[in-house]
Amino acid sequence: MAFLDLAHLDKSYGANHVVKDFNLAIEKGEFVSLLGPSGCGKTTVLRMVGGFEVPSAGTIHIDGQDVTSLKSNQRNIGMVFQAYALFPNLTVAQNVAFGLKVAGVSKAETAERVTEMLSLIGLADLGNRYPFQLSGGQQQRVALARALAVRPKVLLLDEPLSALDAKIRASLRREIRSIQQRLGITTIFVTHDQEEALSMSDRVVVMSGGRADQIGTPHQVYNRPATRFVASFVGTLNTFDATVTDPATGTVRLGDSTVVLNRPVEAASGAAITLALRPESATLGAGNPGDVTLMGRITEVQFLGAIIRITADLGGHDLTLDTFNRAATPPPHIGEEVTISLPPDGLVALVA
Amino acid sequence: MTRIAAYGTILLGCLYFIMPMIGMAEFSLSMRRGVYSLDAYRVVLADPQFQATFTYSLVMALFTIIFGVLLVVPTAYWVQLKMPKLRPVVEFVTLLPLVIPAIVVVFGYIRLYNTSGWLPMTGSVMGTNILLMFGYATLALPYMYRAVDTGLRTIDVATLTEAAQSLGAGWLRIMATLILPNVLGAVLSGAFLTLAIVIGEFTMAALLDRPAFGPYMQILGANKAYEPAALAVIAFAITWACMGLIQMVSRLSKHKRA
Repeated sequence: MAFLDLAHLDKSYGANHVVKDFNLAIEKGEFVSLLGPSGCGKTTVLRMVGGFEVPSAGTIHIDGQDVTSLKSNQRNIGMVFQAYALFPNLTVAQNVAFGLKVAGVSKAETAERVTEMLSLIGLADLGNRYPFQLSGGQQQRVALARALAVRPKVLLLDEPLSALDAKIRASLRREIRSIQQRLGITTIFVTHDQEEALSMSDRVVVMSGGRADQIGTPHQVYNRPATRFVASFVGTLNTFDATVTDPATGTVRLGDSTVVLNRPVEAASGAAITLALRPESATLGAGNPGDVTLMGRITEVQFLGAIIRITADLGGHDLTLDTFNRAATPPPHIGEEVTISLPPDGLVALVA
Repeated sequence: MTRIAAYGTILLGCLYFIMPMIGMAEFSLSMRRGVYSLDAYRVVLADPQFQATFTYSLVMALFTIIFGVLLVVPTAYWVQLKMPKLRPVVEFVTLLPLVIPAIVVVFGYIRLYNTSGWLPMTGSVMGTNILLMFGYATLALPYMYRAVDTGLRTIDVATLTEAAQSLGAGWLRIMATLILPNVLGAVLSGAFLTLAIVIGEFTMAALLDRPAFGPYMQILGANKAYEPAALAVIAFAITWACMGLIQMVSRLSKHKRA
C-alpha cells in the first residue's frame, strides 16, 4: 500500500454527487496536484483527506493506518488555506507555535522549532508581528510554517497561491516546492491553475465531474492527454477530425493525408476520432519526412516576446501554432500563404 | 436659512435631553439650603441599604455576564459554523425579550417555578437568586447575542476552526484560545450592556422580592427628595462609565488594525 492511499472515495451532498469512485496512491515525499475547474471535486477530495468532510464511501490510509473515521485533529496533517487562516489574536511566532503547544511539546523545543520554521520561510525577524502587519505573501509563508511546525505526515495545500498577485505567486511557488523537497514531505496541492500544477508537481491528477480523468507526470499529462477534457483543460490545443484506418499501427486518415502515429489507437477501423496537437508541435514550412503538411493562410500573429503565436486558416479550420522568436527571422505577415507541418509524434488520438 | 434651522433643531434636541439632567444634577446638589453641597450623595453612599443592594446587583450582574457569555458565545459560534440556516430563527428568539415585557417573563417564572411547581426554585433564597439571574440573562440576551454575533462575523470562523483542528486542537481549546479572544471586544461590549441593564432593573427583582439596586431606587424615590436625584446621577455615571469602557476596550485590542 502506498504512503497515502485513497481508495474508491465517494462523496454526495443529497442528490449532488461531487466525488465519484476516486482512487489515488501517493508515495512518501511525493508532490501531487489535483487540477481541475471549479466544482470538479478537487477541494472535496482534499477536505476528505484533511478530515473536514466524511466520505460517503471509500477509505483513506495514511502510512498504513486507516484514518477514514478519524477526526481532523487526530490525523497529524498540515493544511494551508487559500485565505491564510492565521489566528489574528496571535503573533507570527505564536501562530507557528500553536500546533506544538497543542501537542504538548516543551517550551524550549517549541521555541527552537519556531525559530527553525521562521528561518525556513525567511521571516526570522518577524516573529513578534501580528498577521495584519504582514503582506499576503508573508502571511501565506507563515501559514506554511505553522502547518509544517508539527511535522505532519501529509501537507495539504488548498489553492494557497490564488489570493496572491502574479509575481509573488511565482516566487512562492518555487519556495513551496523547494521547502517540500528539502523536507521530503508528502504533499497534495489543489489548484485550478495548470501552470502551477505542471511546474510544481511530481504527478498531476486532472479532475472533472468528480472523477480523476488522468493521473500522470506533468510531461505525460501535457503531451499525452488521456481524455478530450484533459487535452482541452491543460494547455492550448488544435483538434482535427480523422478516421481510423488501422487501429493496431495507429494509422489514421486526416483530410487527404494518411498519418501513422506508431501507437495503437483504441478505436475500431473506420471510426471517427479527434486528433489533437499542441501549438508548439506544428512548424511553419516543410518539416521532416513523414510529417503531415497542410497549406494555410495566416490570419493572426501575436508577438508574446519569447514566443510568437500564429493562427492560420486551413480552408475553414483554424490552427494555432507557436514558434520561438528569433531576431534574424521576422514573424510572417497576415494574409501570407504558408506550409504547415504536423509531426505524427505530436498528434494525440482522443478517443474518450 | 436651512442651515440655521438645522442647527436650531439640533440645539433644541440637545436642550430637550440635557435640561432635565442639568436640573436633576442641580437638584441633587441642593440638599443644603442656599449652597451647593454633596450632602445628598454623602447620605446615599453612607446608607448601608445602598451598599448592600448595589453590591447585590453587581454580584448578580457578574454571574449574569458569566452565564450569558457561556450561553451566547458557543451558541453564536455553533450557529455560524454548523447551522447558518438557523440564524434567522436564533436571531428571532434572541429578540423576543425586547417584545415580551419583563413582567410577563417573571410572572411566567413564578407560575412555573413556585413552591408547588415541578421545580420549586422560589422556595429558597439561592433558588430565587438563580431564577433572577436567568431573568437578567434573558433581558440582556438581545444585546449580548447581537454583540457577539457581530464580533464573530468579522473573523472567518469556519476556516480558523479548520486551521486549528488541522493543528490538533479540540473544541475547548478552539473556543478558549481562538474564538473568545477574537470576539473579546464584542463580549465585553455585551458584558457592559448587561451590567447597565442589571444595575437598573426593577420589575424582576421587585416581583421576586430580591434586595437589588432597582427596587432600592424605587423605595428611596418614593420616600426622599434629594437622595433619589443623587442616586439617578450615580446610575447615569455608572452607565456612561460602562459605555466609555466599551470604547476603550475596543480601541485597546492589540491585534486589530488601528
